[in-house]
Amino acid sequence: MPLLEIKNLQVEFGSGAHAARAVDGVSLSLEAGKTLCLVGESGSGKSVTALSIAKLVPSPPARYVGGEILIEGRDVLKMSSRELRDIRGGLVSYVFQEPGASLNPVFRIGAQIKESLKYHRPAAANDTEVIRLLKLVGIPAPESRLRNYPHELSGGMQQRVMIAMALASQPKLLVADEPTTALDVTIQAQIIELLGDLRKQLGMAVLLITHNLGIVGDLADDVAVMYAGQIVEHGPVREVLQRPLHPYTQALIQSVPDLEAEVERLTAIPGTVPLLGSFPGGCRFHPRCPKAQASCSTQAPELASVKAGRRVRCPLWDSLLEPQTVSHRA
Amino acid sequence: MNLLEIQDLKVHFPVAQRLFGRTKEFVRAVDGVSFTIAPGETVGLVGESGCGKTTLGRAAIKLVEPTSGRIMFEGEDIAALSGKELRARRRRFQMIFQDPFGSLDPRRTVSEIIGEALDIHGLAPDASARRQRIDALLKDVGLDPSHASRLPHEFSGGQRQRIGIARAVAVEPKLIVCDEPVSALDVSVQAQIINLLQDLQREHGIAYLFVAHDLAVVKHISRRILVMYLGRIVESGEAKEVCRAPKHPYTQALLSAVPVVDPDSKRQRILLAGDVPSPIHPPGGCPFHPRCPVAEARCKTEVPPLRELGSGHWAACHLAT
Repeated sequence: MPLLEIKNLQVEFGSGAHAARAVDGVSLSLEAGKTLCLVGESGSGKSVTALSIAKLVPSPPARYVGGEILIEGRDVLKMSSRELRDIRGGLVSYVFQEPGASLNPVFRIGAQIKESLKYHRPAAANDTEVIRLLKLVGIPAPESRLRNYPHELSGGMQQRVMIAMALASQPKLLVADEPTTALDVTIQAQIIELLGDLRKQLGMAVLLITHNLGIVGDLADDVAVMYAGQIVEHGPVREVLQRPLHPYTQALIQSVPDLEAEVERLTAIPGTVPLLGSFPGGCRFHPRCPKAQASCSTQAPELASVKAGRRVRCPLWDSLLEPQTVSHRA
Repeated sequence: MNLLEIQDLKVHFPVAQRLFGRTKEFVRAVDGVSFTIAPGETVGLVGESGCGKTTLGRAAIKLVEPTSGRIMFEGEDIAALSGKELRARRRRFQMIFQDPFGSLDPRRTVSEIIGEALDIHGLAPDASARRQRIDALLKDVGLDPSHASRLPHEFSGGQRQRIGIARAVAVEPKLIVCDEPVSALDVSVQAQIINLLQDLQREHGIAYLFVAHDLAVVKHISRRILVMYLGRIVESGEAKEVCRAPKHPYTQALLSAVPVVDPDSKRQRILLAGDVPSPIHPPGGCPFHPRCPVAEARCKTEVPPLRELGSGHWAACHLAT
């Protein structure tokens, strides 16, 4: 049994005629100890999917209209608020994008980490354990850091504190929602390295949400690419990054600037992600797709299993994939 | 002639100022920087948060008062100018900010935001000319002119950044300082904005000082690159050359941190330990030595000067050859 199994999840905002489906039929599974990356642009529904795992999208305004989210076989969407409290920050921990905004500015970081321990592991709620956690996430001289306020730490250090806090409950699943987006590239590399180390050391599963395919390769086992509330491609990381089948994945990869390439112009994806509630008919990517054909605007494609472990939502994938050409550093 | 020539620029901010007594400490945000920008050229400025790159970018166009040094813009020292004299020259140098959410007034429409720039410099003789100019500018940056009466919150991050660009371009500047213009955007949108900046440069011959922390982006857009660490330039040279054969260990580390899509990439990653040290009490000797993987004994005591190691390729490292 997988640790996490999302089956046909549907999340809507608004009601009646104004209902807009932010997550539309997402199915994913994650084995214990594995890493899955959920990739997409702002507005693709990746964060709503990630937050739904612990039912963290407040309802209302959101409505979980369909599907199941099974953690160790139990459906989160059917849990009582008591059970949810144990799951949140317990079995499933979160690390968010802006560490500066997620930490409480008026409490010392030691106290904030201890708070998590008090709830989930009261026996270990002491300075020794907090220091051990800070050491685990690579904070130098943790003894002297306990009494620091968040503003006394740099962005990278704050994110390490957030990770320490998330680890306090010894979670089986760590959900990292754009954990490096607000950070410098050098610090980004440190944090990604840290997440990889921790995963190996602690054997927890990681769900990494990002818009940058450049940080996926070092960490992920599997990648799922989301667009306009749906998964458009899913498969093992190496295959997806080296031989992407969906035109959207191909475009995303090409838009990462490459140090070694000499190009006059970057390949941008024209236009913007469609707004929630006004997704185009047919294939939702067709207005921006460089390879769209007439049929794409009328027929909504299914997410089809095309080969072992790979799913793609594009009926033309076979004819689109020119041999050998895909990665931008081919 | 160079469009902009910065000579030994210093920007020091006082901190820990006591109410009585004289003890003062300074953040040496920019500590003796010199560089030039030719007309129509893009110069990239890279470094981590806290290295002083934003302060340098702002000081170069007098948005921050420099402590000392000269800022020669089209042959004239603007460092000493203020008030009306400076305002009249502001038309020639503009800025694009990092945060497309914070840098646009939420209560004003797009046409008011862009129109204000035209009004200040008296570039719109009458209402219909003003209207036409705004429409043309919106079209130039890839926005629909019929959206001119909308408010910033009705746009996505990338579209807002386009509004900021239209505002900067409106007064036909010679130089635009772009302060991390794409780091708040999705990668797919980043590429659009960078392409737009390059198109505008080709059309209007605008020079850019492009400030960013991602070397891949900087290398793509810049002809030359300046690498900054703790208020000083530690390496400079042709963009291709700096990225192909970086001399300074800091540049090498920055390059190795650039995200790469291919999971089989053979690149060796040099992970820098820790953060940029405090610019109030910078380390003695080479400021990079506490984080440097190849530091020697003399690096702790002797400050390395910028040396020319190849044609136009400079680095401040004792060990670089």
